[in-house]
Amino acid sequence: MAHPLQIRAEVLGITPVGAWRQVLLHAPGVASRVRPGHFAALAVGGSESSMLLRRAFWIHRADPAAETVSLVVAERGRGTRELLRTRVGAAVDLVAPLGTAFPQPAGPMTALFVGAGYGSAPLFPLAEQIAAQGGGVGFILGAGTADQLFGVDAARALTPDVLVTTNDGSAGIKGRVILPLAEAIKAIGAEAVYCCGPRAMLRAVTEVATAEGARCFCAVEEDMACGVGVCNTCVLPVVGEDGVSRFVRSCVDGPCFDGTRVRWDDIGTIPADLDGAAAMGVH
Amino acid sequence: MEAHDVDLTAPFGNGTLPNPVTTASGCAGYGRELARFQPLVELGSITTKTIMPYPRAGQPTPRMAETPSGMLNSVGLPGAGIGYFVEHELPWLAERGARVLVSIAGERVEEFAETAQALNGRPGVVGIEANLCCPNVANRGLVFGGNPATSYDVMAAVREVVDPALPVYAKLTPDVTSITEIAAACVRAGADGLSMINTLLGMAIDTTTMRPVLAGLSGGLSGPAVRPVAVRCVYQVHAAMRAGTMPVVPIFGMGGIRTGLDALEFVLAGASGIAVGTTVFNDPSAPLRVLTELRQALAERGFAKFTDAIGFAHHHQGVQP
Repeated sequence: MAHPLQIRAEVLGITPVGAWRQVLLHAPGVASRVRPGHFAALAVGGSESSMLLRRAFWIHRADPAAETVSLVVAERGRGTRELLRTRVGAAVDLVAPLGTAFPQPAGPMTALFVGAGYGSAPLFPLAEQIAAQGGGVGFILGAGTADQLFGVDAARALTPDVLVTTNDGSAGIKGRVILPLAEAIKAIGAEAVYCCGPRAMLRAVTEVATAEGARCFCAVEEDMACGVGVCNTCVLPVVGEDGVSRFVRSCVDGPCFDGTRVRWDDIGTIPADLDGAAAMGVH
Repeated sequence: MEAHDVDLTAPFGNGTLPNPVTTASGCAGYGRELARFQPLVELGSITTKTIMPYPRAGQPTPRMAETPSGMLNSVGLPGAGIGYFVEHELPWLAERGARVLVSIAGERVEEFAETAQALNGRPGVVGIEANLCCPNVANRGLVFGGNPATSYDVMAAVREVVDPALPVYAKLTPDVTSITEIAAACVRAGADGLSMINTLLGMAIDTTTMRPVLAGLSGGLSGPAVRPVAVRCVYQVHAAMRAGTMPVVPIFGMGGIRTGLDALEFVLAGASGIAVGTTVFNDPSAPLRVLTELRQALAERGFAKFTDAIGFAHHHQGVQP
């Protein structure tokens, strides 16, 4: 488990990035604890807000020197709309960092980073770290439309191996990130693929990466009420190291999983061989 | 009166706890996660997630939906079973000095007893809370707590096997015609205290997909939205105790407590302790914060002892609900 702090964090800025918003927070003590793949949970409104559940966001950047963290926020409903109306200089209730980060590479390696929409946000710290250690990195950044892409310039600043896809063809290759994936893995000789996006995309990337002989690490985005591991609502069926499948919490055991251990096709069901399935009447 | 002068010692079973605040079952896991936000030893007790005799997967997702000032959950009592709990979770809690109120359940009366018995003599355990909102396989899956007879059976079976020094509490559902009748049956069966209330059964339908939001279709409603229902339940049962229609036992009040004043409302209604539940999802530091705020609220009202405030709202009340 991460060692999060709960603090009142001052909003330093809310900046549009295409279809998304980047929220910069002054978060003393938090940034130095952040590892690539961690997330943050914000409370909506004050102590009398009618929206009780925390909203979880990817940590895009953490700057220990400036004591800031930057989150990427997609407006999805009343809660995120209210958060994005927070005035600069006001404070939000922040719990961060949370979750299990991406596994740290043992040494220099070559990795491909695949992000869908704002799902690119949590990939950059690890990509930059691998590049700084002398490893090789490449990116496939995809989205529905050009304005939903995130981090294309940052990726190009890091490596010439950047592919862009959009479903409507408004930027880069027309299609989904999966289209150029196998070729991209071969082209840079990626040993591992790190990806973040919707379930269907993570499932497909895992399949292709595994077929190409690369490890695949997925950062999942599941609905959660608390983000800290107590509500038990963000579970996924995951195969443990002992070979036994269990419902595990995305917020504590994830959000970063080995994609081959997540039983993507069984999400939303109780597979008969899941630990404790019999007690639910599933045989 | 200064806040630090208030004596917070709270009745618990036939004994006491250092203060009245606990966590509501299912909202604090087994303590590890919340220990990152407050020392568990500073809470009067910590009430665990409900534990069953065997591993249980729980419901598939989606398991929750946000509702106005509350949420619906259909988590389905997942857990690794009592064996895992006593071996891996309880020792960790005991090492930290946490006073553990273990929530248990079963799908049969004997399963409640089996789970409870495994807790005898375990360091850290200060009491047992039987979650009567578990479906009874012997009665078409209706919850035990839905009628006085099955509530009685569970509490009698648990009380019989548990170390007499350990208080046994009954966690009651508000989804009944008369909560005082169920409460009285539990106490007659030997319950040393009552925890009230559990969630209210509710449902949400997604107007885009036009299907129920929860995989379990219906779920338990909790949060500040249910607080008035919970306060009414505590008030009614405490009134029955005052009227002498049932024996007097301590009540843990819970349901949407977010602040010290919310907690005080339950105490004035007759609660000898309070539990912070769904609010933990919003504010993981809430249990200790609520305790601090409650102590301040008691001091401001001139209560030198927490116990002086218990049931205060009943004083000079001519009409009982």
